[in-house]
Amino acid sequence: MSRRSAPEINAGSMADIAFLLLIFFLVATTMDIDTVISRRLPQKTDKINKPDEEFHARNVFEININRNNQMLIEKKEYVQLENLKVKVLEFLDNGGGTGSNNVGNCTYCQGGPDKTVSSEMSDHPNKAIISLRTDRGTSYEMFVAVHDVLGQAYTELRNREAQRLYRVSYEDLIDQKFNDKDNVELDEKIKKIKDLFPEIISEVEPASN
Amino acid sequence: MSKFKKQNKTVPQISTASLPDVVFMLLFFFMTVTSMRETEFKIKEPILPNAKSVKKVEDKNLVSTIYIGKSVNEGTSGDLIQLNDKIAQVSDVRSFIMLNRVGKNDDDISRMSTVFKADKGTKLGTVADIKKELREIDALKIAYAASQTRKDQ
Repeated sequence: MSRRSAPEINAGSMADIAFLLLIFFLVATTMDIDTVISRRLPQKTDKINKPDEEFHARNVFEININRNNQMLIEKKEYVQLENLKVKVLEFLDNGGGTGSNNVGNCTYCQGGPDKTVSSEMSDHPNKAIISLRTDRGTSYEMFVAVHDVLGQAYTELRNREAQRLYRVSYEDLIDQKFNDKDNVELDEKIKKIKDLFPEIISEVEPASN
Repeated sequence: MSKFKKQNKTVPQISTASLPDVVFMLLFFFMTVTSMRETEFKIKEPILPNAKSVKKVEDKNLVSTIYIGKSVNEGTSGDLIQLNDKIAQVSDVRSFIMLNRVGKNDDDISRMSTVFKADKGTKLGTVADIKKELREIDALKIAYAASQTRKDQ
């Protein structure tokens, strides 16, 4: 029995194989992460019980968009997209009365310009409803743009409160949460901020044209 | 002068032994940071609207995507819906979501969301019809896909 050592395997083609795999993955995959605006649909109508309290008109901010993508707010004023945010902020941050669930007055609301409190705007952020009514002919671009503005308004207010309470912006909290999913402390902070300015957006089914 | 004698040496060959390592490293990098291309478009690829207040999708496995866009044939008007890699009707949305729920536990089902990837020019009527279907089967978490514009813009 001769003791022969096993011949060395030629690894010269290893690079070729690896290149082939690399090129396959380059072609078959994408790098972009989807970015979305998330919302929640209301439950099916027959499941909803009658609301306990009627919504007072001052607590509802009505946005109407017609099929020509023109926007009417509170049934009386045409606004452009760029002016919507200020109006929404004023409405949400008004704090003119007591909130629901016995939270009392809104102590952190700053009111409109010059710290004034209007009698036509929301009592408390947790009562403030934004109602969005669209037409079947409204373009999706306009619709998303309005949702974006609403999102920005809520984020701005939440940033302010997060800065005040935790010296960090709300967006940073969300970013931290994305990288550290099981952090309970962060969860609590985010929930607290969200409760201060809950996102209550109601979409009315589009009128048929 | 012998010190400056002309050296008649050839350039040594560059070793390529580490090339596979380098390429494998690249390969693993791409395998980890990218994700599989989902579907081929049967409709004209939707151009997403722009938005600033967007979030990243958290778990791709819990997302069902509905594409809405125009037909590839120029001249045909109206919006088309694409589910997986087929052009579908509004009435197909239910079975599409139900199929995606198969094999998931209740906890996951409650976290599942439906993402609309719709073209800018889509009419809201189409989206509203789909939303109505989604409400019927309690798929209440929805999201509108948008491309992110820079914060300072």
